[in-house]
Amino acid sequence: MKVNVKYFGAIAESAGKSEEVLDLEKGSSVKDLKNQQIKKYQIQDADSIQIAVNQDLKNEVELKDGDEVAFLPPFAGG
Amino acid sequence: MDKKKPKKVFVDGAIPPEKIATSIANHQSKTNIGAHSIFLGQIRADEIDGKTVSAIEYSAYEEMAESIFHEIREAAFSKFDITCAHIYHSLGEVKTGELCLFVFTSSAHRKIAIEACNYFVEEIKANVPIFGKEIFEDETHQWKVNK
Repeated sequence: MKVNVKYFGAIAESAGKSEEVLDLEKGSSVKDLKNQQIKKYQIQDADSIQIAVNQDLKNEVELKDGDEVAFLPPFAGG
Repeated sequence: MDKKKPKKVFVDGAIPPEKIATSIANHQSKTNIGAHSIFLGQIRADEIDGKTVSAIEYSAYEEMAESIFHEIREAAFSKFDITCAHIYHSLGEVKTGELCLFVFTSSAHRKIAIEACNYFVEEIKANVPIFGKEIFEDETHQWKVNK
Protein backbone atom coordinates (compact mmCIF):
# COMPACT_ATOMS: atom_id res chain seq x y z
CA MET A 1 0.00 0.00 0.00
CA LYS A 2 1.11 3.54 -0.66
CA VAL A 3 1.07 6.45 1.77
CA ASN A 4 1.89 10.08 1.09
CA VAL A 5 4.38 11.30 3.69
CA LYS A 6 4.93 15.01 4.40
CA TYR A 7 7.78 16.56 6.37
CA PHE A 8 7.86 20.00 7.94
CA GLY A 9 10.36 22.40 9.48
CA ALA A 10 13.49 20.83 10.92
CA ILE A 11 12.28 17.38 9.84
CA ALA A 12 12.04 18.42 6.17
CA GLU A 13 15.55 19.80 6.53
CA SER A 14 16.85 16.46 7.89
CA ALA A 15 15.02 14.48 5.20
CA GLY A 16 16.12 16.84 2.43
CA LYS A 17 12.57 16.81 1.05
CA SER A 18 9.10 17.96 2.00
CA GLU A 19 7.17 14.93 0.79
CA GLU A 20 7.44 11.48 -0.70
CA VAL A 21 5.25 8.48 -1.48
CA LEU A 22 6.23 5.33 0.42
CA ASP A 23 5.23 1.78 -0.38
CA LEU A 24 4.54 0.08 2.97
CA GLU A 25 3.58 -3.44 3.99
CA LYS A 26 -0.14 -3.85 4.62
CA GLY A 27 -0.86 -3.49 8.34
CA SER A 28 2.02 -1.08 9.03
CA SER A 29 1.38 1.16 12.02
CA VAL A 30 2.04 4.85 12.49
CA LYS A 31 4.67 3.92 15.05
CA ASP A 32 6.49 1.60 12.59
CA LEU A 33 6.61 4.33 9.97
CA LYS A 34 7.72 6.96 12.47
CA ASN A 35 10.58 4.82 13.78
CA GLN A 36 11.64 3.81 10.28
CA GLN A 37 11.85 7.40 9.00
CA ILE A 38 13.53 8.75 12.14
CA LYS A 39 16.27 6.17 11.66
CA LYS A 40 16.51 6.63 7.90
CA TYR A 41 16.92 10.42 8.05
CA GLN A 42 18.60 10.59 11.47
CA ILE A 43 15.90 12.95 12.69
CA GLN A 44 16.79 14.57 16.03
CA ASP A 45 14.51 15.08 19.06
CA ALA A 46 12.28 12.18 18.05
CA ASP A 47 10.20 12.53 21.24
CA SER A 48 9.09 16.03 20.23
CA ILE A 49 7.69 14.87 16.88
CA GLN A 50 3.92 14.56 16.43
CA ILE A 51 2.41 12.53 13.62
CA ALA A 52 -0.81 13.55 11.92
CA VAL A 53 -2.65 10.99 9.80
CA ASN A 54 -5.07 12.70 7.42
CA GLN A 55 -4.60 15.83 9.57
CA ASP A 56 -5.55 14.02 12.79
CA LEU A 57 -3.09 13.81 15.69
CA LYS A 58 -5.05 11.01 17.40
CA ASN A 59 -3.99 8.11 15.26
CA GLU A 60 -2.99 4.96 17.12
CA VAL A 61 -4.26 2.88 14.24
CA GLU A 62 -3.00 0.92 11.29
CA LEU A 63 -2.25 2.93 8.19
CA LYS A 64 -4.41 2.52 5.12
CA ASP A 65 -3.63 2.84 1.45
CA GLY A 66 -3.75 6.50 0.41
CA ASP A 67 -3.27 7.95 3.90
CA GLU A 68 -1.48 11.28 4.25
CA VAL A 69 1.04 11.07 7.08
CA ALA A 70 2.65 14.30 8.31
CA PHE A 71 5.77 14.50 10.48
CA LEU A 72 5.39 17.61 12.61
CA PRO A 73 8.15 19.19 14.69
CA PRO A 74 7.21 21.37 17.71
CA PHE A 75 4.77 24.15 16.83
CA ALA A 76 6.10 27.70 16.77
CA GLY A 77 3.22 29.92 15.68
CA GLY A 78 2.62 33.40 17.03
CA MET B 1 -20.83 38.51 11.24
CA ASP B 2 -20.23 35.41 9.16
CA LYS B 3 -18.79 33.46 12.05
CA LYS B 4 -19.29 30.00 10.52
CA LYS B 5 -17.50 30.62 7.24
CA PRO B 6 -13.88 29.42 7.12
CA LYS B 7 -11.61 32.42 6.67
CA LYS B 8 -8.19 32.76 5.18
CA VAL B 9 -5.76 33.27 8.05
CA PHE B 10 -2.37 33.15 6.40
CA VAL B 11 -0.82 36.20 4.83
CA ASP B 12 2.45 36.37 2.90
CA GLY B 13 5.21 38.04 4.88
CA ALA B 14 4.74 40.60 7.65
CA ILE B 15 1.31 41.90 8.62
CA PRO B 16 1.29 45.62 7.70
CA PRO B 17 0.40 47.92 10.65
CA GLU B 18 -2.16 49.59 8.35
CA LYS B 19 -4.16 46.34 8.41
CA ILE B 20 -4.88 46.88 12.11
CA ALA B 21 -6.18 50.41 11.50
CA THR B 22 -8.30 49.20 8.58
CA SER B 23 -9.74 46.36 10.67
CA ILE B 24 -10.75 48.80 13.41
CA ALA B 25 -12.31 51.15 10.87
CA ASN B 26 -14.27 48.23 9.36
CA HIS B 27 -16.01 47.67 12.70
CA GLN B 28 -17.17 51.24 13.32
CA SER B 29 -20.52 50.51 11.67
CA LYS B 30 -21.14 47.61 14.10
CA THR B 31 -22.53 49.65 16.96
CA ASN B 32 -23.50 46.66 19.11
CA ILE B 33 -19.75 46.33 19.80
CA GLY B 34 -18.49 48.08 22.93
CA ALA B 35 -15.00 46.63 23.17
CA HIS B 36 -12.24 45.37 20.90
CA SER B 37 -9.25 43.42 22.08
CA ILE B 38 -6.16 43.15 19.92
CA PHE B 39 -3.08 40.97 20.21
CA LEU B 40 -0.09 41.64 17.99
CA GLY B 41 2.87 39.28 17.83
CA GLN B 42 6.13 41.00 16.87
CA ILE B 43 9.43 39.35 15.93
CA ARG B 44 11.95 39.79 18.70
CA ALA B 45 15.71 40.11 18.08
CA ASP B 46 16.66 37.34 20.51
CA GLU B 47 20.33 36.84 21.22
CA ILE B 48 21.26 33.14 21.29
CA ASP B 49 24.85 32.03 21.90
CA GLY B 50 26.16 35.44 20.83
CA LYS B 51 24.12 35.53 17.61
CA THR B 52 21.18 37.84 17.01
CA VAL B 53 17.93 36.79 15.33
CA SER B 54 17.20 38.98 12.29
CA ALA B 55 14.02 37.30 11.00
CA ILE B 56 11.73 34.30 11.37
CA GLU B 57 10.70 32.33 8.32
CA TYR B 58 7.31 30.74 8.95
CA SER B 59 5.99 27.64 7.25
CA ALA B 60 2.93 25.52 8.03
CA TYR B 61 1.03 22.37 7.29
CA GLU B 62 -1.44 24.73 5.70
CA GLU B 63 -4.47 22.51 5.13
CA MET B 64 -4.37 21.20 8.71
CA ALA B 65 -3.59 24.66 10.12
CA GLU B 66 -6.60 26.22 8.35
CA SER B 67 -8.88 23.52 9.74
CA ILE B 68 -7.49 23.94 13.28
CA PHE B 69 -7.95 27.72 13.01
CA HIS B 70 -11.55 27.01 12.08
CA GLU B 71 -12.00 24.68 15.08
CA ILE B 72 -10.51 27.31 17.40
CA ARG B 73 -12.96 29.89 16.01
CA GLU B 74 -15.90 27.53 16.52
CA ALA B 75 -14.81 26.79 20.10
CA ALA B 76 -14.26 30.50 20.83
CA PHE B 77 -17.72 31.44 19.55
CA SER B 78 -19.32 28.77 21.73
CA LYS B 79 -17.30 29.73 24.84
CA PHE B 80 -17.46 33.51 24.59
CA ASP B 81 -20.23 35.93 23.68
CA ILE B 82 -18.16 37.66 21.01
CA THR B 83 -19.55 39.60 18.08
CA CYS B 84 -16.69 38.75 15.74
CA ALA B 85 -13.13 37.53 15.64
CA HIS B 86 -10.34 37.82 13.10
CA ILE B 87 -6.98 36.06 12.98
CA TYR B 88 -4.07 36.68 10.65
CA HIS B 89 -0.74 34.85 10.76
CA SER B 90 2.30 35.33 8.57
CA LEU B 91 3.91 32.76 6.33
CA GLY B 92 7.37 33.30 4.86
CA GLU B 93 9.95 35.71 6.19
CA VAL B 94 9.13 38.31 8.84
CA LYS B 95 11.94 40.58 9.99
CA THR B 96 12.55 41.63 13.60
CA GLY B 97 10.22 44.43 14.65
CA GLU B 98 7.58 43.36 12.13
CA LEU B 99 4.24 41.73 12.97
CA CYS B 100 3.56 38.01 12.50
CA LEU B 101 0.25 37.51 14.35
CA PHE B 102 -2.85 39.69 14.59
CA VAL B 103 -5.81 38.55 16.69
CA PHE B 104 -8.82 40.86 16.89
CA THR B 105 -11.88 40.05 19.00
CA SER B 106 -14.94 42.21 19.55
CA SER B 107 -17.76 42.06 22.05
CA ALA B 108 -20.34 44.20 23.77
CA HIS B 109 -18.11 44.42 26.85
CA ARG B 110 -14.37 44.46 27.52
CA LYS B 111 -13.96 41.37 29.69
CA ILE B 112 -15.28 38.95 27.09
CA ALA B 113 -13.27 40.56 24.28
CA ILE B 114 -10.06 40.34 26.32
CA GLU B 115 -10.62 36.75 27.48
CA ALA B 116 -11.51 35.58 23.98
CA CYS B 117 -8.46 37.27 22.50
CA ASN B 118 -6.22 35.55 25.04
CA TYR B 119 -7.92 32.22 24.32
CA PHE B 120 -7.20 32.55 20.60
CA VAL B 121 -3.53 33.39 21.15
CA GLU B 122 -2.93 30.48 23.54
CA GLU B 123 -4.77 28.00 21.30
CA ILE B 124 -2.89 29.16 18.20
CA LYS B 125 0.49 28.83 19.91
CA ALA B 126 -0.28 25.37 21.30
CA ASN B 127 -2.27 23.66 18.56
CA VAL B 128 -1.67 25.04 15.09
CA PRO B 129 1.02 23.31 12.99
CA ILE B 130 3.13 26.37 12.21
CA PHE B 131 6.92 26.18 12.20
CA GLY B 132 9.45 28.98 12.57
CA LYS B 133 13.01 29.12 11.33
CA GLU B 134 14.93 31.74 13.33
CA ILE B 135 17.43 33.30 10.95
CA PHE B 136 20.47 34.95 12.50
CA GLU B 137 22.34 37.99 11.20
CA ASP B 138 25.14 35.69 9.94
CA GLU B 139 22.53 33.75 7.90
CA THR B 140 22.76 30.59 10.01
CA HIS B 141 19.50 29.41 11.56
CA GLN B 142 17.80 27.35 14.23
CA TRP B 143 14.23 26.11 14.62
CA LYS B 144 11.96 27.96 17.05
CA VAL B 145 9.99 26.09 19.73
CA ASN B 146 7.09 27.76 21.56
CA LYS B 147 7.55 28.00 25.33
